[in-house]
Amino acid sequence: MINEEETQEKRAESSIENLDAWVREIIQWHFNPATGCPFWLDYAERLGWDPRREIQGYGDLGRFGFFQDEWLRGGPVRRWVPRGFADRPVYVFETGGSTGVPKSRISVEDFRVDYELFSRTLPSEFFPPGSDWLSLGPTGPRRLRLAIEHLAQFRSGICFMVDLDPRWVIKLIKMGQPKMAEVYKQHVIEQALTILRAHENVRCLFTTPKLLEALCEKISLKKAGVTGVFCGGTEMTPQFHRFAVEELLEGAYFAPTYGNTLMGLAVHKPRRPGDDYAIIYYPPGPRALIEVVDPDDPERVVGYGETGRVRLTTLTREFFMPRFLERDEAEREPPCEHFPWDGVRNVRPFSRLQANVVEGVY
Amino acid sequence: MLHIPLLRQGQPYRSLEVARLPHYSTGETVVEVSQANAGLIRRDLLDQEAGRRALAAFSVADLLQMCAHAAEHFMSDALPVGEEAQTPDDYVRQLSATTGLPHVLVRKNMEKIRGVLAEMGNVLDGLTRSLDLKILDAGFGEANGHALSFYPRAESLGVVLPSNSPGVHSLWIPAFALKTALNLKPGSAEPWTPYRIIQALIRAGAPREAFGFYPTDHTGSGEILRHCGRGMIFGDTASTAIWKDYPGVEVHGPGYSKIIIGLDRVDEWEKHLDVLVASIAENGGRSCINASSVWVPARGAEIAEALADRLSRIVPRAADDDQALLAPFANPKAAVSINASIDQALEQSGARDVTAAHRAGDRLVTWQGSSYLLPTVVLCETPEHPLANREFLFPFASVVEVNQEAMLDVMGPSLVVTAITSDQQLIRRLVASPHVDRLNLGSVPTCKVSWDQPHEGNLFEHLYGRRAFQHTGAA
Repeated sequence: MINEEETQEKRAESSIENLDAWVREIIQWHFNPATGCPFWLDYAERLGWDPRREIQGYGDLGRFGFFQDEWLRGGPVRRWVPRGFADRPVYVFETGGSTGVPKSRISVEDFRVDYELFSRTLPSEFFPPGSDWLSLGPTGPRRLRLAIEHLAQFRSGICFMVDLDPRWVIKLIKMGQPKMAEVYKQHVIEQALTILRAHENVRCLFTTPKLLEALCEKISLKKAGVTGVFCGGTEMTPQFHRFAVEELLEGAYFAPTYGNTLMGLAVHKPRRPGDDYAIIYYPPGPRALIEVVDPDDPERVVGYGETGRVRLTTLTREFFMPRFLERDEAEREPPCEHFPWDGVRNVRPFSRLQANVVEGVY
Repeated sequence: MLHIPLLRQGQPYRSLEVARLPHYSTGETVVEVSQANAGLIRRDLLDQEAGRRALAAFSVADLLQMCAHAAEHFMSDALPVGEEAQTPDDYVRQLSATTGLPHVLVRKNMEKIRGVLAEMGNVLDGLTRSLDLKILDAGFGEANGHALSFYPRAESLGVVLPSNSPGVHSLWIPAFALKTALNLKPGSAEPWTPYRIIQALIRAGAPREAFGFYPTDHTGSGEILRHCGRGMIFGDTASTAIWKDYPGVEVHGPGYSKIIIGLDRVDEWEKHLDVLVASIAENGGRSCINASSVWVPARGAEIAEALADRLSRIVPRAADDDQALLAPFANPKAAVSINASIDQALEQSGARDVTAAHRAGDRLVTWQGSSYLLPTVVLCETPEHPLANREFLFPFASVVEVNQEAMLDVMGPSLVVTAITSDQQLIRRLVASPHVDRLNLGSVPTCKVSWDQPHEGNLFEHLYGRRAFQHTGAA
């Protein structure tokens, strides 16, 4: 009789085999002159070796070094469009951009695929099919603009949108205008309240942690009829998770996510007693993988439970991003029942302490 | 592990996020301090009325009585710190462990806090200019034949506190006696004192609901200041800058406190040397009311030499040594940065570290595994030199020789000025100056505080407004 541990081990082995096969498929696509994008085809010409021949599995991706986010800043953006999608409508999504040139990523179908996969993880009891959504958060150049709406539609709902421009908020704070930032936030929240009061079928909410807090200061989610909250966009701590569950949600389901335009959407492992509200994410393998690596030797994946820098790899036909060192850190989490690959625990910004001279005593 | 929880309307709350405060010397964790997320603070502040309501059930006279009892509890009792009991000796050791402040200095600060609690009636008398405090209970009354009515400007006072010296906590305590609930964000290395003061007041009968205690980050601090009706922030120039023009928030930044000796008294400077030394070095030089510069119209070099001679005798000692006057840096990197900043400024001509010749080695020393900056006196030839008007977290002072006529125009804002002069013209200019907050005329150490005097704004006026009021008696 095969016990649970052995089953998990077999699933992990099979997932590695699947991953290696998927890597070969993706490499064939991106480095084939008929289907690949100009960026990677040019890149391959300078390599002196043929990725299609030599990359046989996930472990071989190290031969590409680390993906540099600078490659995504500035144009021409069409160098990222695979020739295999030349006749398809192309979207461009941005990430960052509070200062300077944002990173751009093209997309054709990925955002739909990612959100349809994510949809499977949402319990229908709390995110009822056919119910409507409110998307309360950044839209504009971000993938969320279309992704949340697609998620709602995929679940037979209609999505109301309220926009928040985070670049303006950051600018206000840098300008020393916290009061104006607060006024802007309230302006956003008032629009959300209007929608929630006017449309009774809104059961599902997408929002960011800060906007969730601000919304719950003005309204009871329960009274408003909201039963499921999908939360993402910024860092979430275990304490925020607990606070949301104990004091904000009033029984609504909480689905925290980690992700960005470059990777896709990592879903939260359902909360269990004993997790202590740790937020554990698993990436949508094999389309994207998250690893935790030694910050001083980013080739080395750290041990389970150890802290390190997050390294992302995206493997879709639209976008190939091997081994990008993200500006986040986390603990490495072992595979689990639902996800036979590594996850990450308690992602937060990656920071190395800098010494500052403090002027004055106080 | 010792744990300090948040207090949410007085009720302990253990957060999943904790800060671990290390011992300044061994690096071992002394205490875990629960950290409040910003949303939690904002949510609590939706119901500030609860704290005010709880205090309204008492008269000011009752609250003064509680302060008097709390003074004794603070000094003598074992009080709760999380789930443990903290004796006064524990408090001294623990505070010293996370800040580096020698025990003897902690005890002196304890005495300051005790004094303010015990003498709260006098403190309020000074702040309200002898108002009959029953007027605050009723909301209106009469004084000298005039009708008076005061209204609270806010439900609560939010205070973002520093870690430099426990004595600073004396500044917010009067708010309690003025029937104002408190929401405190302690300094990151010094949660001990505000927590102990709150516990002493609760033991004395104060309603728990009157106290919020929220160790938190920069964002959480901002929420406290934005959402309490009135606020106070203590911090360096960078962290307080955005609050300068924020209505309802009093900013307590660097003090740049000074001693001025007039031309009429400068020849007798030796008589005042003790006052100069005390002003610079008391409390480890860690207060905004410590002098960070001495301004004289003549004899600057002699004064700097004499100060350097005296201050260079102050050396690192063990935390429990009664002679200890110098605090190590709990964060050694801060000491390195400050030292580098001074050395860099000294590369610019026109200034000399006079203490360098009086000490055996460098300014930055490691003693028994801890980092210290030794007292430093810098003689500046002009007030424009970058070290002429600086303030650091150790006994540091510049001596600046400048024409007396120009002195007030070039010395910038000062929290405290001690002016040793009988020159009436100079005194008139000082009295009229908007850049001098506290003024001591005569040989008074800058750090000698009279608690019936306002400090960087009058707390009573910060918390209460006076309305026009007429009363026919038939209401």
